[in-house]
Amino acid sequence: MVLESTLGQEKSVTEILKNGAQQSANLIETTAIANSDGSFISMFTIFILAIFVGYYVIWNVTPALHSPLMSVTNAISSVIIVGALIAAGPKEIDITDVNPAKIFGFVAVVLASINIFGGFMVTQRMLQMYKKKVR
Amino acid sequence: MSENFSAIAYLIASIFFIMALRGLSSPETARNGNMFGITGMVIAIATTLASPSVVSYDWIIVGLVIGGAIGDIIARRIQMTALPQLVAAFHSLVGLAAVFVASAAFYQPAAYGIGDFLSIPTPSMIEMSIGTAIGALTFTGSIIAFAKLQGIMSGAPVIFSGQHLLNAVLGIIMVALVVMICDEQSEQLYWTIVGLALLLGILMIIPIGGADMPVVISMLNSYSGWAACGIGFTLSNPALIIVGALVGSSGAILSYVMCKGMNRSFISVILGGFGGETSTTGSVTGDRNVRAGSADDAAFIMKNASNVIIVPGYGMAVAQAQHALREMADLLKKEGINVRYAIHPVAGRMPGHMNVLLAEANVPYDEVLELDEINRDFPSTDVAFVIGANDVTNPAAKTDPQSAIYGMPILDVERSATVLFIKRSLGSGYAGVDNELFFRENTMMLFSDAKQMCEDIVKALE
Repeated sequence: MVLESTLGQEKSVTEILKNGAQQSANLIETTAIANSDGSFISMFTIFILAIFVGYYVIWNVTPALHSPLMSVTNAISSVIIVGALIAAGPKEIDITDVNPAKIFGFVAVVLASINIFGGFMVTQRMLQMYKKKVR
Repeated sequence: MSENFSAIAYLIASIFFIMALRGLSSPETARNGNMFGITGMVIAIATTLASPSVVSYDWIIVGLVIGGAIGDIIARRIQMTALPQLVAAFHSLVGLAAVFVASAAFYQPAAYGIGDFLSIPTPSMIEMSIGTAIGALTFTGSIIAFAKLQGIMSGAPVIFSGQHLLNAVLGIIMVALVVMICDEQSEQLYWTIVGLALLLGILMIIPIGGADMPVVISMLNSYSGWAACGIGFTLSNPALIIVGALVGSSGAILSYVMCKGMNRSFISVILGGFGGETSTTGSVTGDRNVRAGSADDAAFIMKNASNVIIVPGYGMAVAQAQHALREMADLLKKEGINVRYAIHPVAGRMPGHMNVLLAEANVPYDEVLELDEINRDFPSTDVAFVIGANDVTNPAAKTDPQSAIYGMPILDVERSATVLFIKRSLGSGYAGVDNELFFRENTMMLFSDAKQMCEDIVKALE
């Protein structure tokens, strides 16, 4: 009796595990379907390769220029503006019925462009100061 | 514009961004690098504007003009000494922009081709939540860093019991919320995630003290990159992913360099509290002799030297002494004295802070050397002139295993024939550690404001 019940339990555990595995397989499948052309994998590939490129490029930056590095990376990370432009860009059918997305997009455009203009200009100002010894 | 064409354009923009960072490997190529960055940005924006999903330009133009004008004014007016705050403020903007872009995508996913409102496919929802959470965290974290650097808020660590437990619990709740929103999407859940991330950003940065700011700024730099990455995945935009990964790894490497400069683990910096408890024990100040000198003494000693190494620190930035210092160095050089500058990796409040200030004062960058390059030269140096630095010169880091800064790489100023040490009083440094250098026989203390002392020495030299 005891043995049987344990066996039964074991069976149910394996069933649960099986179900779990099946479910996660389903999830992965839906993930793949959602990114129909397998784009997640290609985006992920780009992501990992870019980290490697970043790693080798940044180690080559001279420590004297670490401050300009911070401000220029700040400026280029504002390329996030491309997402804001898409949100702020759709045609308004009725001015009284503005989609919240458009407002969010507009705010993001303002924020990102402060960063783009400010970031590149401050970097330029900094870099202009670095001079070689006059011999 | 066809999809393939814009994909190529984004690729070209990404290459320009990589070239921008590549340019920073030397000051000569750096200005071109910045131009590459600007070009990349123009290409990326133009490509998006030409895409079929963007049809009305009025809001965009207004936004660009407002943002551009504000950015322009800030960049022109900012003082170079306020640079760390400015960078922190800019990081907060990237974070906030990421939150807004994610929110726009949440309310109008169709515009980005990721399903409909409240029925966004799970993977996109995960990417979006991660992007918005990191963005929100970067935003408030940077605001706190800004407040500490600007002096709006005390630089001292804010510590309470159960702090780390609270952060850990909030972190777990955050993960749970992301799982829940994938299961059933709702506006409330989305904004709860944003709110919680905003709170976490504050809680993460308040325990970190002022002198750890170089690590914090680099870390927030890294976060802003990962936030951009999260958004890039949501929008399936390769340019955003590439830039995000570049910025993310750049910030991570800078954090690593800064931690190494302090001989501290990244974890211990994040947990914070460093320099919170000022050492009440072992205060030897008072019953030991200190040799104090005047500007005239300092001028005399340096005039008779043949090699001088200047060691600047955060105190120089606070006193805005870089111009007076350069004037002093110019007079010494006229006397035929070899003057160089030694920069510790964590001097100042952000990576490379001292280099920028010296460059601003027209110090040629080839006279400014890093710790590894110059440390060997101290024994053959006549005068080490320490201005506004303290802990980075403390010999206790090499000799006293009990010291809070034990193991930190330091500039071996005590090996030079004479150490001139400008300091306002005999207080301990940021780490709350006494500097035994003050009591050495070859040290002469110059008690004054850094700028005032440089000006007085200039007068004495003339």
